[in-house]
Amino acid sequence: MTLRVGIDVGGTHTDAVILDNQNRIIGAEKVDTTEDVSTGISDALDLVLNRSSVDRREITAAMFGTTHCTNAIVERKRLAHVGLIRIGKPATVGIPPLHSLPPDLRRAIGDTWAIVAGGHEFDGREIWQFDEGATTEAAERFRSEGVEAVAICSVFSPVNATHERRAEALVSEVMGDAPMTLSHEIGSIGLLERENASALNCALVDVANTAIAGFQESVKKASLTSAKVFLTQNDGTLMSVDYARKYPIRTIASGPTNSMRGAAFLTSLNDGIIVDIGGTTTLVGAIVHGFPRESGVAVEIGGARTNFRMPDLVAVSCGGGTQVEVREGEPPRIGPQSVGFKITKDSYAWGGRTLTTTDIALGLGYAEIDDPNCSADRVKDAFSQAAMSAAMERIVGIFEDSVDKMKTSADPVPVVLVGGGGIIIPGDYYARLRGISKVVRPDHFQYANAIGATISQASGEVDGIYDLDKMTREEAVAKAKEAAITDAVSAGADPSTVEVVETEELPLSYLPGTAIRIRAKAVGKLLI
Amino acid sequence: MKVGAAEIEEVALGAAVLGTGGGGDPFIGKLLALDAVAKYGPVEMIQPEEVDDEGLVIPPALMGAPTVMVEKIPNGDESVGALRALENKLERKAVAITPIEQGGLNSQIPIAVAAKVGLPMTDCDSMGRAFPELQMTSFHLHGISATPMAMGDEKGNLLILETIDNVWTERLARTATVQMGGVALIAIYPMTGAQLKKACVKGSVTLSMDIGRAIQSARRKGENPIDDVVRLMKSKILFRGKITDLLRRTTGGFSRGEGKMQGLDEYKDQSLVVEFQNENLVAVRDGKVVASVPDLISILDLESGLAITTESLRYGNRVVVIGSPCNEVWRTPQALAAVGPRYFGYDVDYVPVEKLGS
Repeated sequence: MTLRVGIDVGGTHTDAVILDNQNRIIGAEKVDTTEDVSTGISDALDLVLNRSSVDRREITAAMFGTTHCTNAIVERKRLAHVGLIRIGKPATVGIPPLHSLPPDLRRAIGDTWAIVAGGHEFDGREIWQFDEGATTEAAERFRSEGVEAVAICSVFSPVNATHERRAEALVSEVMGDAPMTLSHEIGSIGLLERENASALNCALVDVANTAIAGFQESVKKASLTSAKVFLTQNDGTLMSVDYARKYPIRTIASGPTNSMRGAAFLTSLNDGIIVDIGGTTTLVGAIVHGFPRESGVAVEIGGARTNFRMPDLVAVSCGGGTQVEVREGEPPRIGPQSVGFKITKDSYAWGGRTLTTTDIALGLGYAEIDDPNCSADRVKDAFSQAAMSAAMERIVGIFEDSVDKMKTSADPVPVVLVGGGGIIIPGDYYARLRGISKVVRPDHFQYANAIGATISQASGEVDGIYDLDKMTREEAVAKAKEAAITDAVSAGADPSTVEVVETEELPLSYLPGTAIRIRAKAVGKLLI
Repeated sequence: MKVGAAEIEEVALGAAVLGTGGGGDPFIGKLLALDAVAKYGPVEMIQPEEVDDEGLVIPPALMGAPTVMVEKIPNGDESVGALRALENKLERKAVAITPIEQGGLNSQIPIAVAAKVGLPMTDCDSMGRAFPELQMTSFHLHGISATPMAMGDEKGNLLILETIDNVWTERLARTATVQMGGVALIAIYPMTGAQLKKACVKGSVTLSMDIGRAIQSARRKGENPIDDVVRLMKSKILFRGKITDLLRRTTGGFSRGEGKMQGLDEYKDQSLVVEFQNENLVAVRDGKVVASVPDLISILDLESGLAITTESLRYGNRVVVIGSPCNEVWRTPQALAAVGPRYFGYDVDYVPVEKLGS
């Protein structure tokens, strides 16, 4: 019997779940997230292992989803000193490297860069001869200034990465085994965004190592002697520790993705809308073929423009702790203020003075909470049936509107409801929601994040430009697919299980039909 | 008035709406313009009437693929190089800079150039929107020659073109642009102040700033700017919906495509198709044409009111589509032959958007 344990570190709670090799849930526990993160992880692990009484030697994999990297960027803390080399002279000089980063973030990573001659045109021709001397000089300056990690970004490297690789060789002669990021492995077309993403990837090198060391330590402490460590990435799939060390930036945004994939998994729904109702916010996303639908807009991380693909999410300020304002002669107002998880102190049902959405569900008799301190009577005594009903209608309306925003057709869609605040949409309403074919609230819905982290798949993605003068369209698509598969394998997928799940073709405007941009994604079972 | 950092941000937002999905994302152009005014000071904006009748006016612009522009960013000297090369050819110096296309990133290039060479910029352009080809300008309709024209790239190459007509200019310049790597900075349509006054589309820079300011103000207040945009552009809301299908294909060097949408709110049971080729060209709602080029069809994000370029359209985008009347200069039979839907290959006769079904 092989088992897997998944740990998800959220803003409020750290969850741990154990799945067996049939993907049955053997154990699930939740503790408060601690400031140092690691203590909470160890506590959650201990709790779930002890309560489920499993044989610890049967756990072959420990998967971690964490906000370490996102927090570091957002807080501008623990970021490494980055040196960025842009290969693109005589072009690109008009906008200096890192220029589009928020000034405090730029300072936090050292604002150290150089521009050297080289780079390629859209069809792979050289713009200029690559300047080896200037690159070596830049590396020497970086070393003397204490740069810890080097990012290399060349114009049109997603088409032709030759100069990036040559620069890598030269820089390692000067800087030894300092971590390096080649931009074509991180992002696609869009120089500034790809530069930013590469620089941030370098900046996370210490944070990633610390986080990984922490995970490995907690696995050791918990005597999980057979467990390999994995980290979750942006699309909800997993990556090996080596891959995570190289590409720590891929852990950003894995939180919401994990919860969506967990929700899909719990309900076997590969296509539908996922609604995650928290204490203060509700996040709505769409699952397509088992993966979160990706957003089309440029993604900002900590204020920095990058060209990452992130889940398409709608956030609504209405959660389980959201305040309800009953108004005489007017429709009630819902939120945006919320008592969050202080609900057990501030909410009417718990003896507080703030009317919350949870109070409404309790007061109308739609839900019960097993807590001696909680009494629905407190709500019923203070508010009329009419006022509570009006509030419930409004809450349901908000829910229906937010689902409607994510739908892409007029047909009714299935909705998976997860998150601790789901109580505010009563079961009695499920059958009559506008535009919604059914609502599924799976068992273990409050552990959707950790479960999502434990679904053992690894993925790879490629987004490149292919020259149709040199190959046919079919050959270009085949190349893209192969590159995606290779990436999935290096992330940790079992080669015999890898499949291409998505391809997208984008002709490039204003260029004579010879250049085409192809994006491909491949997924496989994680090789444990 | 002075055009500085604040005005540049406003122009970028407004020009994106006027770009009707094309003209490229103004972001890079905006950074270049901001850099230029930071170094050289704000630009003086004047009305076309204020230009000396005999004075030389030159429009600078970028031509080529927006995709290349976001990757092979200019070095900032190319457009001044082209301007100087044209001045040398004409053996005259310019007294003013004029925008040629106030839709998309070409709203920013003239600001950057004017700042660097210390000349005023006129509050006008030659389109009132974005168009893909060099002869699609009010300058051309008034018989002004696009050449002599200068083209420059980041390597320092400079070309001077002199052609027999403006359609040849587009053909030859387009080929040179591809060889230069897909993007060239140009100085084109040299003209006198007198010619500018007769041929230009007036007030377009101010309009783009007004739209931009309306968007900023609404966003600050957490409100939707769509109503203000509609008022400023005298538009009609054509549709509110979600993108359910996107088809793109390349033919003859220009990407063509269509976006299909399912309706939201009051458009619930309706569907809309927008045909585009870099710019949005025809909008068809439930089988009937509700707007077509040269009128402006802009696709804006439903929540933020920000314009979405055709390259950025994605499955699932929640949008509002507005149709705005084009400048009068585009509504003559001669102009419609050059920029009407039939020129772009659609079997549709142009009807002004204000007259089409509501």
